[in-house]
Parts: sequence; structure tokens; C-alpha cells
Amino acid sequence: MKEKMKSFFGACLKSCKRLCGFLGRACKNLFSGGLAIPIIALLLLVVFNLIRDPGFFGIGISHNNDGNAVLSGNIITIINGASELVILAMGMTIVTAACGGQDISVGAAAAIAGSVFVKVLKAGSSISVGTVLLAFAFSCIVAMIFGSFNGSLVAIFKIQPMIATLILYTCGRSIAYWINGGATPTVDSSIIKAIGGFIPGIPVPTPVFIVVVMAILFKLLFRFTSLELFTQSVGINGGAARLNGINPTLIKLISFIILGVCVSVSGCIGVSRLGLINHETLLIDIEMDAILAVAIGGNNLGGGKFRISGSIIGAYVIQMLTITLYAMKVASTNVKAYKAIVIIILVVIGSPVVKARFGKLMARISESRKRVTVKGAEE
Amino acid sequence: MKNPFKMFKRKEPLTDTQLLMTITIVIFFIMYLSAVLFLGGGFLHAKQIFDMLNDNVSLIIVACGLTVVMIGGGIDISVGAVTSLVVMACVLFLNRGGSIVGSILLAIGIGLVFGLVQGFLISYLEIQPFIVTLAGLFFARGMTTILSIDPQKSQHKAFNDLREKKIVSSLLGYTAKNGNKIPAKIELGVVVALIVVILIFVMLKYLRLGRNLYAMGGNQQSALMLGINVKRTRFLSYVISGLLSGISGYVFLMHTGAGNATNAAGMEMNAIASAIIGGTLLTGGVGSAIGTFFGTMSLTTINKIVVTSGLNEPYWQKITTGGMLCFFILLQSVVLGRRSGKKSSGKIKAFFRRFKRSKEEASA
Repeated sequence: MKEKMKSFFGACLKSCKRLCGFLGRACKNLFSGGLAIPIIALLLLVVFNLIRDPGFFGIGISHNNDGNAVLSGNIITIINGASELVILAMGMTIVTAACGGQDISVGAAAAIAGSVFVKVLKAGSSISVGTVLLAFAFSCIVAMIFGSFNGSLVAIFKIQPMIATLILYTCGRSIAYWINGGATPTVDSSIIKAIGGFIPGIPVPTPVFIVVVMAILFKLLFRFTSLELFTQSVGINGGAARLNGINPTLIKLISFIILGVCVSVSGCIGVSRLGLINHETLLIDIEMDAILAVAIGGNNLGGGKFRISGSIIGAYVIQMLTITLYAMKVASTNVKAYKAIVIIILVVIGSPVVKARFGKLMARISESRKRVTVKGAEE
Repeated sequence: MKNPFKMFKRKEPLTDTQLLMTITIVIFFIMYLSAVLFLGGGFLHAKQIFDMLNDNVSLIIVACGLTVVMIGGGIDISVGAVTSLVVMACVLFLNRGGSIVGSILLAIGIGLVFGLVQGFLISYLEIQPFIVTLAGLFFARGMTTILSIDPQKSQHKAFNDLREKKIVSSLLGYTAKNGNKIPAKIELGVVVALIVVILIFVMLKYLRLGRNLYAMGGNQQSALMLGINVKRTRFLSYVISGLLSGISGYVFLMHTGAGNATNAAGMEMNAIASAIIGGTLLTGGVGSAIGTFFGTMSLTTINKIVVTSGLNEPYWQKITTGGMLCFFILLQSVVLGRRSGKKSSGKIKAFFRRFKRSKEEASA
């Protein structure tokens, strides 16, 4: 009996040790692998919020207009509100990695996708699950066409992504206006409400589930295809990738088409939230936030290696920053100024020069400490 | 009689910069002439050109600053927001009893501070220019609304008098349908803008800083090996851009006489578009201030043409702007690709050869 107990405790101890080791390694991997900045930023924001208002992260249950019991609280608002941004940031990461540039037309393209979504919904007499899926498929196809337009400019004509997408950025919202004939049509349906808000009986907002589904799809895409490796090699050195038998043109085009799918998903979420399409304000300025999320996520904006998880955390950091500022009673128009300061602090901490300087400083400090101990020993 | 074309022959082939600039200028004149031919009327009067200049002075100045940055291989998207911040700050300063000289210094000071900080972060801390200037954009827009969210009208008497001062030329004016003679007016801002264009042109072409910029934009590594101080050159390019945004803000105020939180919205993208149409490449090393000037004018002309030809709804302007941008970008890509003469044209030729061969085979 005693021996049994002993062996049991020994096994427990062993597994505990193993677990600790695993956690330690996981933490080390997280911090050394380029995820340091987004995680530190997230932790800093959490700590700041806890000090400012200990009840900031409280989650309550409230009843919405339809009488469903739903979760409420700042943290739910952050996770729910960041959905579109997270989805766009995922797509933007791939484009950034493959092309070494960013797509600045995602907001405008999302307006187009949303307009198509509403247009198809309005065309039918009644809205059922089937028509919603059909409308989504149409908006997806349109967004993919615009994505491949951008992509072909970048991949075939070798134009810098920012300039190529400047075209759609300039005229995208006007095209959305033109699709709906200048009106801002509303869609009134319980299905649309469920997509943008809550499914009856489930307390978690639906956009969160859509984000999870998209993240899983991305994971599966990278698990079962070589797209991740190919994208990175094209981003690092397109010529070398071509010599190794990878088609850089195709990879770049694919990255833009994937971004097109992301754009249509986030456009449809944006439309469903409000139940109407306003081509001027739908997902406005989101392209800047998405690029920022990619940068905060520790990805190089010049292309090459990427980490989707970093971008996702970056997007949540941005949304949490915004909600924190709102909670501090900063007017919505003034939020940008404070956001800018935080961004600058983050990128200065993350800049290679500052890192190198800091490393040197640390080395010098440890060196001087060593010297002191050596001197002490001599005396 | 020798070859009559000999006198037109140049000793050196055109550089990329000159070629793209020439294309822009030629297309601008073709566009304007076709507007005169098909739409006539307003486009015949000198007043039309002066109006176009008057409405776009700040855009011209901002685009010049952006050209400098883009030649160096960078990007500055904070220019429009800084312009709007300067407008708002100067209006409030003037309305609280400040002097005109003080407000000019304030405008230049704000622009310089933005340029210095962004330049330092980008060149000495090696942070990506897009992120830094995006933060600059956010900061300037946020500060504008913090200063005042309501539109502010200038109530400074001396400034309003200065604003009203215009160079009036009755000779270039035209007689309206009711017989009134309407003189052509040029605002003081236009003079400032033209001086800026010429100064930047001279700086880029003849001064050491300008030549260093071209070298740096063309290939940073070789510029470094030539002994060019790359960091300082990049820093100075952002300082120039910031300074010009400050000046453009003051000129904007001279034009509108009021500050508004939505002033100069989307100006950064318009400025980038005019620089691109003017033949500046975002990759750096190619571009000129004169080209940018004509790029801005082309952009304005196409908008005027759209409005005059009866497509009054606002979305048509944006769609045509986008179309024109697409046209110019593709044109530049094709022209430059043909010049470097390797891949694209070779591919097309190979395609045609294959096409011909397959036809011959089919006929045989």
C-alpha cells in the first residue's frame, strides 16, 4: 500500500514537473518567437484596466430586447467588437507576408461586399437561411473578383500593393453607392439579427463563433497545404522561390483572393450588426487598424515570415485599447490621438535599434557586476 | 538638307524620371485640349485654370513634400491630417488675438515638429514609415478634434484682409453672358505653391541633398557604399515633408478662412495619387516636383471634366479618379517594364511567336 502511494506521488510529481517544464518552454517560445510585443501590450492593458477599475472585466448576464439571456460586460464587448478586425487582420497577414505590402482597400471592398449581400437579400421576397447563404456566396464571389483585380495588379504587373490597392480605395465606396443606387437599404430579419447579434438560446455573440470558424479554417489550410511555407518563401525572396519551383505570381494572387474571402465575411458581419448598409461608414478606417494589428503582432511589414496568431492578438489589443479609452470617458473623435501615442510607444519598444541598445546596456550591467565580484574575490 | 530630325536627337537617352514626367505633361495637355474641343465654354477661359490652381494649392504643396519622401523610398501618410491640425490651430490662435506672423510661425512649427519626430523615429530608430506616419495621422486628426470639434471661422481682421488680397488681372478675365466683366483672380497661396514647386524642383535636381535622395531611393545599399549619409538624408526628407504640410495648412486656411475637423479629409491619398500620376514611383529613385504639379492638375482636370459633362453625382468623380489612377499605374508599369526590356515584353513576344507558329502549323 505504502509503495503504491509512493509510486503514485512520484508519478504525480513527475507529471507536475513535466507540466511546469512544458509551460515554461511554451512561455519561452511565445516570448522569443516574436509574440512578445502583442502579449506584453495585452498584459499591460489588462493590468492598467484592473488598477483603474477592478470591475472592468466583470461579466454579467442581461436580457436583450428579444428576451434572451446574454452575456454582457466590457470583455464581451471587446471580443465581439473586434470580430471584423480580427478576420481582416488574418487575411492581411498573408497578403503582407507574400507581397511585402498592404492592401489599403479592405474597408472599401467590405462596403462593396456588404452592398452585394444586401442587394441579393432584397431581391428575394422572403429571407430564409438559404437566401442568406446565397447572398453570402454572391458577396464572397464579388469580393474575390475585386481581390483578384488587386492581386493581378500586384502579381502580374508588379505594382507595389499599396499603390495598386489605392485604386479600389479611391473608388470602392463609390461603387458600393452605385450598387445600391445611393440608398441605405435596411434588412429586417431575425436571421440577420442572429448573425450580427445573438442566436436565441446562446449567450455568446455570433460574430465570435464566426471568428473561431475562420481561425480554424486558416489553421486547417496551413495544416493540409504548403501555403504557409510557400508564402513565406515568396515573401522572403521571390526570385529564389521561383528558382525552387514555386510560382510567386500564383501565390500572390491566392493571398489576395483569401483576403477577398475575409473581406466579404467581415463585410457581412458589419451589415448584419446594424441591419443596414451604409456605404460611407461601414468599416470605415478599418484598413489602418488591420495593418496596425499585423504590425503589432510582430510581423514584418516588408514580407516574409508571419504569424497569424500575432495578428489576432494585435487586433484584440487595438480593440481593447479603444474600449479602455471609451471607458475613460474619452470622446470617440479624440480616441485617435491617444491611440497614436500608445502605438508609437509600442513600436519604439519593438524597434530593432532600441532592442539592440537595451541588450548592450543589459550586457554592460551584468559585466560590471561580474567585475565587482571578481575584484571582491581578489581583495 | 540633312536629316531634319537630327536637331531633336538627344545625346543621352531620357531617364525614367524625365520619361514619366513627359508622359504626364503630354497627357495633361491632351486631356485639357480635348476638354476645350468637346466641352468648350468654361475650359477656354484662363479663369478655369486659375480656379483649378486656387482650389488645389495645399494639395500641390503637400504632394511636393510627399514626392520628396517617395523619391527617398519612403511614404508619409500623415500630411493631410497635419494640414488639418495646422488649420485648426492657426484659426484658434488668430481668434484669440494672435498676430499673423505668430500664426505663420505656429504653422511652420507644427509641421516641423511632426517632420522631426517622424523622421527621427523612421530613420534613426528604423521603424516602418507606414506605421509611424499612420500614428502621426491618428495623432493629428485626434488633436484637431481635441482643439475644437465645432467649425471655427476666422474673425481676425488683419488676416481676413490678407486673405482677400488677390492678384487680379482683368486682361485674362472674360465677359459673362449678362455683360459683366469677370476678372481672373489668383490667390496669394498660388504664388506660394509655385515657389514651393520650383524650390523643390531645384533642390532635387541640383543640390546635394536631392541627388543623395535619388541615390538612396534607387538603391540604399549602394548609396551607403558611396558614402552617403543615408540616415540623415532620410531624416531630412521627412522634415521637408512635415514643413511643407505646415505651409500647406496655412495656405489652406488662406483659401477657406475657417477650420473644421473634417478639413483635408482624404488629402493624403489624393496627394499620393497625384504624385503617382506625376511619375513618382513608390519604390523610390524616380520622380520630380514638376511632374507632381502636373499630376495634381491632371487629377483636377478630370474631375472638372466629369462635373462639366453632366455627371454631377459625387460618386462619379471618385470612380473616374480611380479609373485614371489605374490607367496611369498600368501605363507606367508597362513603359518601365518595356524599358528594362526583359521579362514582360519578352514574354509577350514569346507568346506572339508561339501564337504565329501554332497558326502556321494549323495552316500546314
